[in-house]
Amino acid sequence: MYPLSYRRASSVDEARRLFQEASDAAYLAGGHTLLPTMKQRLAVHDVLVDLTRIEAMRGISVSGDTLTIGGGMTHAEVSESSEVKGAISSLAAMVGSIGDAQVRHRGTIGGSIANNDPAADYPSAALALAATIKTDSREIAADDFFTALYETALEEGEIVTGVSFRIPETAGYAKFRNPASRYPMAGVFVAKHKDGSVRVGVTGAGMEGAFRWHEAEEALAGNFSGEALAGISLDPGMMMGDIHGSPEYRANLVAVMAGRALANLGSAEAII
Amino acid sequence: MTVEGIGARVARKEDKRFITGKGRYVDDMAVPGMKHAAFVRSPHAHARIGSINAEAAKGMPGVIAVLTGGEMAADGIGNLICGWMIHSKDGSPMNMGAWPALASETVRFVGQAVAVVIADTKGQARDAADAVEVAWEELPAVSDVTSALAEGAPQIHPEAAGNLIYDWEIGSKPEVDAAFQGAAHVCRIELTNNRLVPNAMEPRAALAQYDAADDHFTLWTTSQNPHTARLVLSAFYNVAPEHKLRVIAPDVGGGFGSKIYIYPEEIVCLWASKKTGEPVKWTGDRSEAFLTDAHGRDHVTVAEMAFDANNKILGFKIDTIANFGAYMSLFSSAVPTYLYATLLSGQYDIPLIHCNVRAVYTTTAPVDAYRGAGRPEATYVVERMMETAARELGVSPAELRRTNFIREFPHQTPVIMMYDAGDYDASLNAALAASDYDGFGARKAEAERRGKLRGIGISCYIEACGIAPSKAVGSLGAGVGLWESAEVRVNPVGTIEVLTGSHSHGQGHETTFAQLVASRLGVPLDNISIVHGDTDKVQFGMGTYGSRSGAVGMSAISKAIDKVEAKAKKLAAHLLEASEGDIEIADGEVRVAGTDKKLGWHEVCLAAYTAHNLPDGMEPGLKEGAFYDPTNFTFPAGAYVCEVEIDPDTGHTDIVSFVAADDFGRIINPLIVEGQVHGGIAQGIGQALLEGCVYDEGGQLITATFNDYAMPRAHDLPSFNVSTTETICPSNPLGIKGCGEAGAIGSPPAVMNAITDAIGNNDLSMPATPEKVWRALRAAGGGMREAAE
Repeated sequence: MYPLSYRRASSVDEARRLFQEASDAAYLAGGHTLLPTMKQRLAVHDVLVDLTRIEAMRGISVSGDTLTIGGGMTHAEVSESSEVKGAISSLAAMVGSIGDAQVRHRGTIGGSIANNDPAADYPSAALALAATIKTDSREIAADDFFTALYETALEEGEIVTGVSFRIPETAGYAKFRNPASRYPMAGVFVAKHKDGSVRVGVTGAGMEGAFRWHEAEEALAGNFSGEALAGISLDPGMMMGDIHGSPEYRANLVAVMAGRALANLGSAEAII
Repeated sequence: MTVEGIGARVARKEDKRFITGKGRYVDDMAVPGMKHAAFVRSPHAHARIGSINAEAAKGMPGVIAVLTGGEMAADGIGNLICGWMIHSKDGSPMNMGAWPALASETVRFVGQAVAVVIADTKGQARDAADAVEVAWEELPAVSDVTSALAEGAPQIHPEAAGNLIYDWEIGSKPEVDAAFQGAAHVCRIELTNNRLVPNAMEPRAALAQYDAADDHFTLWTTSQNPHTARLVLSAFYNVAPEHKLRVIAPDVGGGFGSKIYIYPEEIVCLWASKKTGEPVKWTGDRSEAFLTDAHGRDHVTVAEMAFDANNKILGFKIDTIANFGAYMSLFSSAVPTYLYATLLSGQYDIPLIHCNVRAVYTTTAPVDAYRGAGRPEATYVVERMMETAARELGVSPAELRRTNFIREFPHQTPVIMMYDAGDYDASLNAALAASDYDGFGARKAEAERRGKLRGIGISCYIEACGIAPSKAVGSLGAGVGLWESAEVRVNPVGTIEVLTGSHSHGQGHETTFAQLVASRLGVPLDNISIVHGDTDKVQFGMGTYGSRSGAVGMSAISKAIDKVEAKAKKLAAHLLEASEGDIEIADGEVRVAGTDKKLGWHEVCLAAYTAHNLPDGMEPGLKEGAFYDPTNFTFPAGAYVCEVEIDPDTGHTDIVSFVAADDFGRIINPLIVEGQVHGGIAQGIGQALLEGCVYDEGGQLITATFNDYAMPRAHDLPSFNVSTTETICPSNPLGIKGCGEAGAIGSPPAVMNAITDAIGNNDLSMPATPEKVWRALRAAGGGMREAAE
């Protein structure tokens, strides 16, 4: 046991202040990565600053072609939101497939995005839906946000206050779960945008975390269907490998899930 | 059948407290002044202990003591034992290395305990355990049996040269070889039976209290056999004399074999409670369970079966290497020998069998019995063989089995067992009908149109339960007898307590045992209590494992009931002035048959205790005990049919149908039996598809959390179609065979036979993960592009 303080912030400014006052603070949102890591003593913090009661980080809104979700919104709130379902139904379905009911009622979009677990679902959608990550100090394009495994463009103490997604013409998601952890071993979000561009976000499989599959995007820009993917493949050298799936298998899964996502536009398919 | 008696679907009496969170487990127990233990464990698979520096830890807040193996040895605490002697084929006894409860010289698996911290709180104990400094001198590790047997492999125990514990055989190799000479066809398979982590819902725990005034110990522990624990703790570990040690196993949240054994932690808590003068509690966490619970299975096998021109089996040769881990656990030596090789005849008339088993040390957690214990491994070999041979011979898998079924009983197999009763055609026919086996072709074609591959697989298992005739197991090397005891105490008001040596940790004994009493003595279930799990309350008993509590434990109760019934009848005859032979007991009454003369059951019971009017020579009271030693094993058997659908793009297997037709002999409570079968099948499907314990080459456990060790979840499983056929077991008074392990024994080969049928490649090992299936499919020339065309 070691001394640990819990502080509940009521505003973003207060959260920043509490974070800076501590010697080694951590922000607490859903806690699904942080708390198990602390229990195993792989991380030690002196203060936890709880972000979940900050009113400014709540809410979901649609404005023009943009869907904006507060950083503190839980997966359950997002997946059940009529605004999200109406704007990007595949996103609502994807979020509804994260973890289990308990996880979805604690885990938040801001926590997931900021943590950038290489097997989290949200980063693939953020990339495919050209998201903008809003923080307490700036806005960062998703393409620039996810930098490496568990690494993001966030500065020390910076808070994800919300995420804006570009509402596409159509989109779909498919993932193949790890049989043990149920995180995606390969999750692919495909989106055709209203300007005709196509974006493909991949999670669970990349050695460097979530990434855009540019070759697939180019192929799908001309023909937004699974046929367009025939003959293109991913380099296994870029894929993660572990006891659950080798790089070769993950490269195959990404291709297969891309096809499934295209076959399930407007929704999300989870295998296993 | 009555609404509560034998054969009735009675809801489990114990479920109310379990479902409402009112169960009382070891971790719920607290005694005044209780302290907490945390173990210092090895991070290395194999290392010499240079020194242990506990000075800093001893000075930390709340710390009462830091104790090490040297002090244990100095106090005369004995090493852990293996209770079944196996001799190698050259006549030499098994080579057993020493296993001290706290290692003081060498550690041989990750997680092995080297010291214990006792502190006021669990957190303080853990903090101080982290502060104990151990100077490790790392030694080379070896995780798999092939590497452990190789020339130049790291030597794990000085007692076992080349890491070989024993090289055992059953049957005559020359005779089997001769039979193979005349074969029309020989089928050969190589199999791995994957290593499993038991993962009982409740982790192991112990609370030890020493009473200096009486020089007496009490141990609350997660045990399947508290009396055996007491015996071993006193006779071999010298922790306390048997009459000064009370062992209580209260509600226990699952065992699956892993809580049969006496582990270092219980020994240490008992010893430390006297050493420190404080009650000491340890509750394992899930990480400790993964690292230190005895694992299961882990066999590598090559098998060959010879057939004549009519597809009759001529002989069967099996060569198995069993991974025992770093130390020989309590029953480990019996599992790949007498619990495995003796079942290799399956349901088939096989004239000659030879099986060779080499038991091998590795630097991994100890391996011992896990749900089925040897019998799943045997069934896996036999039933993968039958399905493979049928494919090679070009006959239907059902037909090849029928061609070779045993149909006359008793049947003496060439591997010790004498099957007493069974009807293998009946269960196979029931399973084939329930699965619409004949309609499979149409379903396969329909699946193909959807781009999916369908497969179907059969498994006809047999197991030996009701372990076991004490004389027989004694002659085979067992250190104990495997009878069971019971006492039936009828109270003066007619309510009944049954004290049983069996232990319930999920089996529902409080219900089924009461149903037996209700059937026999006409008492409502609510008036019957089952008492178990406390050595101060219950006479010596052998505990629960190997599906023995129905066949053996209830037979002991039945014998005690016989005596109670006889005495009650004698007393009633005296009171009613009738002949003993005319008395019948039913529905809460004791009647003279064919008359209206009767007494209430409670009146007879009260009369026994008032003793105002007893027959001459009759002692007061109504309480009888019995020991039951079985005359034979029992032989549950059945047929399972699994149907799968495989996604060729991903290799994902979906079990679309699973049919089980079991013969368990007489069934006491069909509801509980179905629950046992469901749970067993879930575990078997877990082994076949999901669960695989992986150590890396350095001996680190890769699957050390549920994040990497895949347990079956509800949505991995179909809705099971289970039914029973019945041949009454002639070897015990109740006709019971046992049902606790069947599902886990019969299901893995059914699943694997179905998957290999679907993908057209037999080269596939458990767990059949999506990637393995995908690769096997591609190796067989299948795969997504081709399959889609």
